Amino acid sequence: MYEEETGVMAKMSFEDAATRYGAEPGGGAPTKVKITFIDSQGQARTVEGEVGSTVMETARRNDIPEIAAECGGACACATCHVYVDENWTEKAGKASQMEEDMLDFAFDVKPNSRLCCQITVRPELEGLVVTTPAQQG
Amino acid sequence: MNQLKEAAIETDVVIVGAGPAGLFSVFELGLLDIKAHVIDILPRAGGQCSELYPEKPIYDIPGLPICTGQELTDNLLKQIEPFRPTFHFNEMVETLVSLGTPEKPEFRLTTDAGKIFHAKVVFIAAGGGSFQPKKPPIPKIDAYEGKSVFYAVRRMEDFRDKNVVIVGGGDSALDWTLNLQPVAKSLTLVHRRDQFRAAPHSVSAMQELVAAGKIDFRLGQITTIEGEDGELARATLKGNDGVEEQIVCERLMPFFGLTMKLGPVADWGLQLNENLIPVDTEKFETSHSGIFAVGDINSYPGKLKLILSGFHEAALASQKAHRYVYPDKKLLFQYTTSSTNLQKKLGVS
Repeated sequence: MYEEETGVMAKMSFEDAATRYGAEPGGGAPTKVKITFIDSQGQARTVEGEVGSTVMETARRNDIPEIAAECGGACACATCHVYVDENWTEKAGKASQMEEDMLDFAFDVKPNSRLCCQITVRPELEGLVVTTPAQQG
Repeated sequence: MNQLKEAAIETDVVIVGAGPAGLFSVFELGLLDIKAHVIDILPRAGGQCSELYPEKPIYDIPGLPICTGQELTDNLLKQIEPFRPTFHFNEMVETLVSLGTPEKPEFRLTTDAGKIFHAKVVFIAAGGGSFQPKKPPIPKIDAYEGKSVFYAVRRMEDFRDKNVVIVGGGDSALDWTLNLQPVAKSLTLVHRRDQFRAAPHSVSAMQELVAAGKIDFRLGQITTIEGEDGELARATLKGNDGVEEQIVCERLMPFFGLTMKLGPVADWGLQLNENLIPVDTEKFETSHSGIFAVGDINSYPGKLKLILSGFHEAALASQKAHRYVYPDKKLLFQYTTSSTNLQKKLGVS
């Protein structure tokens, strides 16, 4: 809750915030988006991710299998490896240099590989689809 | 020599794990005159802090607005220096057997290096378990491990006149590429991209060997291996272009970093809950008296996996440990700011 609020506030001006918390509680940017995780066996699970958190945190909070996230989100272990669905690679963005380096420790890395602790949930990611590999660590 | 090796090391406490929780346990136990031996599978102190994020800043250590994992480790080592703990690195505790009674616990621990310890209490500060090399998802790789698939080089001779394949792009992969090239019959370095997160001089030395035709560098990954009785013969190299090719491969070294596995802790007869050790929140003692668990490895209602939680747990567990180690002594609560007794122990009085 705390995280969600601060995450959203950071992206809004005071007027935006006043609108959101004032007369029109429904207005403003969405605070939750749907994310679908498809496991290595093909089973899909759609959950809600809070804007401002990460895709890895969303997976962990919803007990998504095949996301180990051993280091807890420090981009230091390469055990939250996902393949971003090709329709989403552009919106999800490219891996940073640090993330690319860490992907060296993941298995079967593909051009659409990302470490999902490095993907921040944003409103434009509504409907994001990622696939998890069979083995992380 | 053998007899020396078999003689047990007598100590008040064995601390399993040299991460921040284990290191601060040395401090809190030390203030209570409890002498510690610390065992860790890694070659150095610091646990996850040094291994996973030595350069990354930590912002939530009380009183330290910002410090890196390495700085925290170095500071903890400095802080515990007065208590002269004995470290046993590159060693994993394999067995833990209880010899005592609930009132007067006593334990025998053995390590994979053959050392034996006798301790009055045990602190398990093993974090997420022990760091072990990541095994790539190559079918049947287990059958070759230790014979022709290696995650570390123990004997260079194992690689002499062999066709060696090294996978990875970090310092370990490049160091062993450079070190084994003169010994091996042939050496192929396989990596997923043409960039390396290794010391620049190693990268250029490797590139010179490639240019001179002394080693082969291939972009891609190893997908299958073949051989007999644990001895590798061939491997399939799948290039980044998707093309598969059989290459000669008698020795394979995959370097994909480390992962945490609970390891032998699971076999010590302690109650476990989802790979964590339940403890009480008064003494942080496990289901077995005399065995405490502090830091990320324990669980209790409201547990937060924070370094500061490990510090708090170490302090409280030490109080109870004192009762076991010095059953006849009354424990007086003292502050380091005012107690000359504690200051003497810290070497500052």
